[in-house]
Amino acid sequence: MGSSPQQLVDHLFRHEAGKMIAVLTRIFGIHNLELVEDTVQETFLKALQVWKFGAMPDNPSAWLMRVARNHTVDLIRRQQKFADVSTELSMRLQSETEIAIEQFFLETEIADSQLRMVFTCCHPDLNLEDQVALTLKTVSGFGVQEIAKALVSNEAAIQKRLYRAKEYIREHDVRFEIPSGFALNDRLETVYMVLYLLFNEGYNSSKADELIRYDLCAEAMRLCKLVTEHKVTAQPSGFALLSLMCFQASRFESRLGEDNTIILLHQQDRQKWDRQLIQMGYHYLNGSSTGEVLSVYHLESAIAAEHCLAPDFASTNWPAMLRLYDYLLEQKPTPIVKLNRAIILAQTAGVAAAIDTILDIPGIAGLLEQHYIYAAVLGDLYSRSGNFPEARRLLEKAYDLTPSLAEKKLLQEKMSALTV
Amino acid sequence: MKDFMLVFRGPSYEDLNFTPEQSQKAMQKWMDWIGKLSAEGRFVGGAPLTAEGKMVKGKKPLITDGPFAEGKESVGGYLIIKADSLKEASEMALGFPDFELEGTVEVREIVPMA
Repeated sequence: MGSSPQQLVDHLFRHEAGKMIAVLTRIFGIHNLELVEDTVQETFLKALQVWKFGAMPDNPSAWLMRVARNHTVDLIRRQQKFADVSTELSMRLQSETEIAIEQFFLETEIADSQLRMVFTCCHPDLNLEDQVALTLKTVSGFGVQEIAKALVSNEAAIQKRLYRAKEYIREHDVRFEIPSGFALNDRLETVYMVLYLLFNEGYNSSKADELIRYDLCAEAMRLCKLVTEHKVTAQPSGFALLSLMCFQASRFESRLGEDNTIILLHQQDRQKWDRQLIQMGYHYLNGSSTGEVLSVYHLESAIAAEHCLAPDFASTNWPAMLRLYDYLLEQKPTPIVKLNRAIILAQTAGVAAAIDTILDIPGIAGLLEQHYIYAAVLGDLYSRSGNFPEARRLLEKAYDLTPSLAEKKLLQEKMSALTV
Repeated sequence: MKDFMLVFRGPSYEDLNFTPEQSQKAMQKWMDWIGKLSAEGRFVGGAPLTAEGKMVKGKKPLITDGPFAEGKESVGGYLIIKADSLKEASEMALGFPDFELEGTVEVREIVPMA
């Protein structure tokens, strides 16, 4: 009996749930996902019942896995009734089954099963929303309400996505495997996209509460690490994505001030940036510089690295940054990249040039009406150029468009600065 | 100090459909409570009970499956603690983590047998 309160590792159960679901799915097949989830649920119930009276095992992970394995063996024994063979053969068949099951619970096999689950959730026929929800549920052990909270959605919508995804997987007999050859590269692209989205949901969505957002970023990084650690799936782009996440995450704490106000990059206290994460970012970025592929993740990570390299905002290497954005634009000619490039352009070529670039973005009129970020950035540039009426008009529009209180607060401050 | 038995009724965790994170949080609360009692030298023992049970009663006793009205009304486990008085034992029971989940605690003094 322990003499002082014991502390469970943060998110231990979530992580163990992901592991158990992956291993059991490999044993029972992806078509039995419901059964698998129920078995995992039972395992936690059992733990809850036994541990809470002070009998926490020394190795909780091993305990959970053992209980899940015993459940599995029981379930399979019940299914395998060898009525038509001798007792001797029946016993031998059962012991062989048990040995086979045992193999799936080996540490290396667990990682393998988890990756299979990641790749299955990221099946290209599922849409991105469903991929993300299913990944959070089955790989990350999130509950429906936690997913809803993290993705700023509601439980019914998440249930629907999960149902749709599971249906598809069952009906189309999607294989629970890590693809090989060209298929692997294609699928990896989808995996990166899902992880990138997971991370950004956590990093950018100022609607969700801070804790769950942090969890989401941590989870994206954990899964990205899992992908880069397996010899078959370790690719330069994966390392680049992981390094990008590290660089971004290093600023997680310094982006928000007291009472949830947003602190812009040029005002952030760079002392608060997490050095360890920045180091890891460089480490993975180095690891990504092999092969011939220069992915968007390479470029975005290099851009993030430029920010981390500069001791303060003023000494940022803007020309280098602009070059990186030019490369990025070639691969990802989206309005948002153009907008971000314009912000850099304002530093090198001046505010007027930046405004012109933004006004040249195809469909800019509609974007300004729909997404606060365009109005906010353009409004800010107008304010710097001295065109206060236009600045006010756009900042007000941005204010109306953003659902985030933190953003509203920031925009409010900018608007009141205009009157001075 | 005397021994007291805390009898827990409910909640029925089976029906709560906890997510892994919620299970972990519930678990941590229990570990904190029991750990604290333990550290203060008040914890004697305790055990959970499984949900299934039988009822044996009647002048010509019959074994039946009930009556256990609802999961949350049946006994889910017990704890034995040391306290100076029934009052103190009851105050210690305030630390029970499952009040919010509609769990209850019955506090009874154990009669010393020697």
